[in-house]
Amino acid sequence: MAIADTGSTDRQLAAGARRPNRLFKNLNSKIAAIPMIFVAMVVFLGGTCWTIFYSFTKSGLLPNTNFVGLDQYERLWSSRKWMVSIENLGIYGFFSLIGTLVIGFTLAALLDRKIRGEGAFRTIFLYPFALSFIVTGLVWQWILNPELGLQNVVREWGWTSFTFDPLNNPDIVMFGLLIAGLWQGTGLIMCIMLAGLRGIDEDIWKAARVDGIGTVKTYVRIIIPMMRPVFVTSLVLIGSGIVKLYDLVVAQTSGGPGISSEVPAKYVMTAMFGGQNLGQGFAASTMMLLMVGIILIPWAYLEFGGKKRG
Amino acid sequence: MTDAMSGPRGAKPKKALSRNNIIVYGTLFVVAIYYALPLYVMIVTSLKGMPEIRMGNIFAPPMEVTFQPWVKAWAEACTGINCDGLSRGFWNSVRILIPSVVISISVASVTGYVLSMWKFKGSEVFFSMLMIGAFIPYQVMLYPIVILLREAGLYGSLSGLVLVHLAFGMPINTLLFRNYFASIPEELFKAARVDGAGFWAIFVKIVMPMSLPIFVVSMIIQVTGIWNDFLFGVTYISSPDRYPMTVQLNNIVNSVQGVKEYNVNMAATLLTGLVPLVIYFASGKLFVRGIAAGAVKG
Amino acid sequence: MSHSVQIKSLDLQFGAVKVLKNLNLDIHEGEFLVLLGSSGCGKSTLLNCIAGLLEPTDGQIWIKGKNVTWAEPSERGIGMVFQSYALYPQMTVKGNLSFGLKNAKVPKAEIDKRVARAAEVLQIEALLDRKPGALSGGQRQRVAIGRALVRDVDVFLFDEPLSNLDAKLRADLRVELKRLHNQLENTMIYVTHDQVEAMTLADRIAIMKGGNIMQLGTPDEIYNRPQNIYVADFIGSPSMNFIEGQYSNGVFSKGELSLPMTGYEYVAPKTADRGATIGIRPEHVITGELVSGAPVKVEVDVDIVEPMGSDTLVWAHLAGKPFRIRMDGSARVSAKERLTIGIDPSRASLFDTKTENRL
Repeated sequence: MAIADTGSTDRQLAAGARRPNRLFKNLNSKIAAIPMIFVAMVVFLGGTCWTIFYSFTKSGLLPNTNFVGLDQYERLWSSRKWMVSIENLGIYGFFSLIGTLVIGFTLAALLDRKIRGEGAFRTIFLYPFALSFIVTGLVWQWILNPELGLQNVVREWGWTSFTFDPLNNPDIVMFGLLIAGLWQGTGLIMCIMLAGLRGIDEDIWKAARVDGIGTVKTYVRIIIPMMRPVFVTSLVLIGSGIVKLYDLVVAQTSGGPGISSEVPAKYVMTAMFGGQNLGQGFAASTMMLLMVGIILIPWAYLEFGGKKRG
Repeated sequence: MTDAMSGPRGAKPKKALSRNNIIVYGTLFVVAIYYALPLYVMIVTSLKGMPEIRMGNIFAPPMEVTFQPWVKAWAEACTGINCDGLSRGFWNSVRILIPSVVISISVASVTGYVLSMWKFKGSEVFFSMLMIGAFIPYQVMLYPIVILLREAGLYGSLSGLVLVHLAFGMPINTLLFRNYFASIPEELFKAARVDGAGFWAIFVKIVMPMSLPIFVVSMIIQVTGIWNDFLFGVTYISSPDRYPMTVQLNNIVNSVQGVKEYNVNMAATLLTGLVPLVIYFASGKLFVRGIAAGAVKG
Repeated sequence: MSHSVQIKSLDLQFGAVKVLKNLNLDIHEGEFLVLLGSSGCGKSTLLNCIAGLLEPTDGQIWIKGKNVTWAEPSERGIGMVFQSYALYPQMTVKGNLSFGLKNAKVPKAEIDKRVARAAEVLQIEALLDRKPGALSGGQRQRVAIGRALVRDVDVFLFDEPLSNLDAKLRADLRVELKRLHNQLENTMIYVTHDQVEAMTLADRIAIMKGGNIMQLGTPDEIYNRPQNIYVADFIGSPSMNFIEGQYSNGVFSKGELSLPMTGYEYVAPKTADRGATIGIRPEHVITGELVSGAPVKVEVDVDIVEPMGSDTLVWAHLAGKPFRIRMDGSARVSAKERLTIGIDPSRASLFDTKTENRL
């Protein structure tokens, strides 16, 4: 102890070197980080807390602090439109998840077979991803037009009883959206899967060949289990994309026919900006946050829970 | 006695069209048609006159090519009381796009630089918060931002929308820059410090010249992302005069009374998709790299 | 001799991990000091602290009589050469050399003069307009040294500068580095895990382990009089033979083996009896015709013979322990043979088994 004390007096006497203030150390980098800190803390965290907080109030045209407990949530879950929205999201989400993974992986595996024209195929599969959901929705609205679109063409080809009219049929309208959604989004997953496949050691394929394992079996038994992280990433991307589903519905069906293609994001927008019913909007968006949490928390736990990452 | 060299020797003869190859290429071609079809339909529809469209084959090429729908979509189509076409939305989008892209890339690159080379206590915590924020549904934060913008007097204006794009573009771009900069050898950074270069000098003279590809990747992501945005445009722009192109497009197509002019609609749709499509086809591999980098977390 | 760099009770902690522990080190003016140790021993960390690239938790660093503990790297009068060369890829060689001077706002004429001089010393004049990508490994390393050279610094810091080069080039550059040091007479602090580099280059070597200096001394002292078992084991290839036994009355014994330590220089004048470990270098074992004149003769059983050309390594057993013997390349020994060897206790090292320190 005594030695340490002498050391520090020594240090105070030492000329030339002044310990810089902790706060001002790295000052430039702290200043440069202010936008990030503002966005993370005020916009993202602050905004989220604000919305959750006000979802327990009777806010109507303007937010107010007239607390009503869980009333907004009770109203939400007894609303038919919300129930339809949730059901639609379930249908769309289930088929979109399966469809995107299967199509994305199959296309990636086909492109990975050292084929000619890989670049051209990839360009074709991916270009829809560059387009907005509005453009996607409007194109498919036109293609699925019952009088002048696909249905009409097939009938003219001679199959006169052919019926494919999803945008006017409440029972299958979600599949109309699904066709457009898959068209827009599978290219991205294909690209990620392809990158994953390219990351697999060539020697694995050689070993499988030497062992006499067939191509399909190698994919199913060896390659897919090795690509677990890629599948998890894809799952998270598809999942958070599904919850955000909004623009496509607005453009392609406007929620119709009737309310048969409503989705939660659209419910929120209508309540907040169309219905002067802010409380409902806040409650519904909090429910959306909860859904994302249900998808993400297990993933985050699996990814980061076991091991600490620097 | 047979020669020791008889039997198989040399390269195995290859079958030009094996059964496997037919399956692989066949599948790819069929799927490629599904993906390419909408673009084709957009183009042919936009070049037909209405009488031809009413004949009912959307896949048929135009018998008589007309550019009238394009002219009408660009300069005459009506939204509400304005009848000056999509050009208005186009210029609005450009005015939103340029400052958003320039500022967000500047901010994100400097933030990524801080996070990779000048970490300070807590910087990783803020970054984690930012990344978690990227997964929160936008709807949760929409209204608080309305209040923030109203307080700042920017609600409804293009500048307000620019700020919103800055905030929501920040997670992905910061991640992109941070991961790229983290791959720059630490010793280079140390050498520059020994050489007396400070925070900004290292960024401008050492890091930036080494990182041109990632700036391009980030630009591609931002341009397509902001151009394609609909939700923020419809939420934070109060007057139809200032709507970005996507919002105006949706209004033109979906809120027309009377006879629908499908050829004009498709011309308008194509026009709106043109900017990201040009960027996509021009940037090729960089686009792929951008989405792969953005998707695979670091 | 005047001090060039002084490290005073330096501590460094990353979270709960202590990387440097109350470290003291005085480096003389013009000295070539090598920090040697296996990875994770703290040698590079210490060098980074001296450079100002890492902040110590406690303690001081003085360079040329000035306390620079909290000074910026560029204010310390140091130049640093890195393992990966760390050349700025987008600048030419000339740009690399002058970057530091430009930051220090040195006039252009002066920059040109200094760059020309450094290029001459390092014989890289012809490369000045090339980019680092177009240089070979050896040329890059020379440019990296030049970057420190132009800045006219007091102290050169080398962080494993040769480990990315192939064996032959490494040997060449080692010689060149020694020549450079003779010519410049700057203080040089050199981090490496390669004991050959350390032995050949150093005026003094500091052997580090777990954030402490295990021994500081000339290459001769380190090799012949290691202060503890760690240093004794670390230096030398093949490494020293150790036999654990008993020391009493000037004699080391283990089972039937008994070695009177005649001629051994003890650290303390009077050494009490205790458990001891004797260390004998394989190359210090006396073999062949010289055995007859050896102070102590022992018989060993040969296990395996590894001929290496210039010499032959014999694996045998002594006192029930594996025992390595380095013999002349011309020696003819075969496995399973019984071999008589000689041991000279004055060239051996004796350690306290408990404290592991030299007796």
